[in-house]
Amino acid sequence: MNPLIEANDLLRIYETRRGLFGRTSPVRAVDGVSLAVVQGETLGIVGESGSGKSTLGRMLLGIDPAQAGEVRFSGRPMPKSGTAEWRALRAKMQLVYQDPLAALDRRLTITAQIGEPLEIHRMIPKEHRAARVAELMAAVGLRPDQAGRFPHELSGGQRQRAVIARALASRPKLLVCDEPVSALDVSIQAQVVNVLRDLQEQNGIAMVFISHDLKVVRNIADRVAVMYLGRIVEEASSDVIFQSPQHPYTKALVSSVPVPGKPLEGRMILQGEPPNPAERPSGCAFHPRCPLARDICRTSVPALRQIGSGRTAACHIVAGEAASIETLRRRA
Amino acid sequence: MGSANPNLVELRDLKVTFDGVEVLHGIDLDVARGEALGLVGESGCGKSVTWLAALGLLPGKAAVTGSVRVDGRELCGARRSALEEIRGGRIAMIFQDPSSSLNPVLSVGRQIVEALRLHRGLRGGAARAEALRLMDMVGIPDPPRRFDLYPHEFSGGQCQRLMIAMALAGQPDLLIADEPTTALDATIQAQILDLLNTLRAETGMALVFISHDLGAVSQVCERVCVMYAGRIVEEATVAQLFSEPRHPYTRGLFDAIPRIDAPRQRLLPISGTVPNPKHLPEGCSFSPRCPRAVDACGRERPPLTPLDDGRRLACTRPVPLAASRRRIPQGVMQ
Ligand SMILES: Nc1ncnc2c1ncn2[C@@H]1O[C@H](COP(=O)(O)OP(=O)(O)OP(=O)(O)O)[C@@H](O)[C@H]1O
Ligand SMILES: Nc1ncnc2c1ncn2[C@@H]1O[C@H](COP(=O)(O)OP(=O)(O)OP(=O)(O)O)[C@@H](O)[C@H]1O
Ligand code: SF4
Ligand SMILES: [Mg+2]
Ligand SMILES: [Mg+2]
Repeated sequence: MNPLIEANDLLRIYETRRGLFGRTSPVRAVDGVSLAVVQGETLGIVGESGSGKSTLGRMLLGIDPAQAGEVRFSGRPMPKSGTAEWRALRAKMQLVYQDPLAALDRRLTITAQIGEPLEIHRMIPKEHRAARVAELMAAVGLRPDQAGRFPHELSGGQRQRAVIARALASRPKLLVCDEPVSALDVSIQAQVVNVLRDLQEQNGIAMVFISHDLKVVRNIADRVAVMYLGRIVEEASSDVIFQSPQHPYTKALVSSVPVPGKPLEGRMILQGEPPNPAERPSGCAFHPRCPLARDICRTSVPALRQIGSGRTAACHIVAGEAASIETLRRRA
Repeated sequence: MGSANPNLVELRDLKVTFDGVEVLHGIDLDVARGEALGLVGESGCGKSVTWLAALGLLPGKAAVTGSVRVDGRELCGARRSALEEIRGGRIAMIFQDPSSSLNPVLSVGRQIVEALRLHRGLRGGAARAEALRLMDMVGIPDPPRRFDLYPHEFSGGQCQRLMIAMALAGQPDLLIADEPTTALDATIQAQILDLLNTLRAETGMALVFISHDLGAVSQVCERVCVMYAGRIVEEATVAQLFSEPRHPYTRGLFDAIPRIDAPRQRLLPISGTVPNPKHLPEGCSFSPRCPRAVDACGRERPPLTPLDDGRRLACTRPVPLAASRRRIPQGVMQ
């Protein structure tokens, strides 16, 4: 199947000032990322704070322009942001992010907000709008009696559902969800995740699901990409990556998720802290924290390589020349 | 008194009211010397307010009643000076609110030295040496070189370590850590949990660990209290709670946590939402959301009652033992 959305070698560098009078230093927020998502598929993106997940999400929608590389939607290059062509396309690609209160207008009832995209994109005749809004509300599990409520009169989970209903109003083909359930309690989180999954399965939407919560990603994504300091360091199907993570960072990440009832002992605990993105370590950016690091890791950047069917990793030791040199040396 | 009583802290019928709305409805809770107790529950259930009230740290508009005893000494209504002696000395708290964390305009070394002066009367070279020892203890690499740095020169995880170092300055008998890892990345969270375990083993202090993450709680605590809408609804050892949750809410919480070590599956939410403290349901507060509720649940509120197996439970129709065993987490049974 042809990908619905495709990114090739995306680059985004931010200039940030260190301190009030400090020099500006470039942060390579997204540094050579490629990915593809087909219709009906969910790609999960995980990684530590500052690894570039949100920036990547915005770039996929053309909100944050790529400085190099390109995004293709339905096989065609993404039009420049702000153009009429791009705005038309935006109806087909929607963003849901973490804070539903910020995404909603506090002066409008949720019916008005869910109906807004229908009006803006003139999608359906006025007389059918109310019926479509009611249908959308039912689809995300909001009750008809909540239609006239304002955002602050809803719970966090209900607000997020209103945001999702609005995102779905224009019948998008792609949904980019940036930490959509992170602010919600577990019991409510499960409700919203189920809503997203059902809607996606029913409508064959392609979804990019960004989250730092591996447990949630495990249960919603078909495939998972792990980011570290702006790069994808491992990608595989959700079943495979959580069962047998290969990259040392993925291993640490998966092992650090507290499983209720599982003791802390035996977990892989990394030494050191994530580096400052403006002072990206040489070679493999993970090497200062990596238990496997060798000399080559300090000097040369590992490329993302195939390490099995449908899975890739960027690591000299588990997926590189060093891996084969090592086996040779052991044989000798 | 003192040493005959194994309990360091005893809360009795602790109630808190804000602007005429009661949000904490009578908490009875003991913390034994040296134990690690977890407090879990969803946002707004009263985890933070319980301990802020106990230590007299709520704003003036909060009305607090009940009894708070530390080593048998009553704190509720005690003089300010008595409270201050206990806080930071016997009991230290790491706050959830990030704004109350480190002072951005003072070097971290000076902040720890100040805490040492306040709680232990240390000054000069002795204070500095002790501050360096604390920084080293919480895992700050190369303390002498970093003593004079400011908070913004440390990462989030390191700031949390420094907060812990300041809390340890008074050599507390009890450390209350309110969501100490929530804002941190997963790999850093694991480091901090590990640190808390190590420190407890080294110092023998008791720990109250407040979190909405049952997974994190199971890794540092021996006993857990589950709170719902301003009340404790179940209290048990970690092993009991994780192998056989008896309160339908506890069970619901476990079921709602997505699993990472199982095939992809549909999640099991708890229906409905947490009640507004202004309009609490009659009877058991959980009854409108409870899959096991019977008519009586909506009329009478079940009190928190001790069971034969040592746990405490507030439920008219608890999850039957056999059924509650359905999902046995791996680690507990090994
Ligand atoms: N508008 C901006 N200006 C300058 N730097 C930025 C901007 N947006 C992001 N960055 C930097 O780019 C890097 C990636 O940020 P991004 O928000 O994409 O990370 P993230 O993975 O989404 O993190 P989080 O999990 O905290 O949301 C960070 O170092 C961040 O400080
Ligand atoms: N200063 C305050 N003024 C008024 N109400 C308050 C205040 N602090 C807390 N509350 C209310 O008291 C109740 C309990 O709050 P508390 O902060 O203890 O919850 P929590 O369990 O710690 O939640 P979270 O997991 O979000 O930290 C909530 O209903 C909250 O709105
Ligand atoms: S390339 Fe080297 S430093 Fe990077 S993850 Fe692999 S072993 Fe560790
Ligand atoms: Mg982000
Ligand atoms: Mg709290």
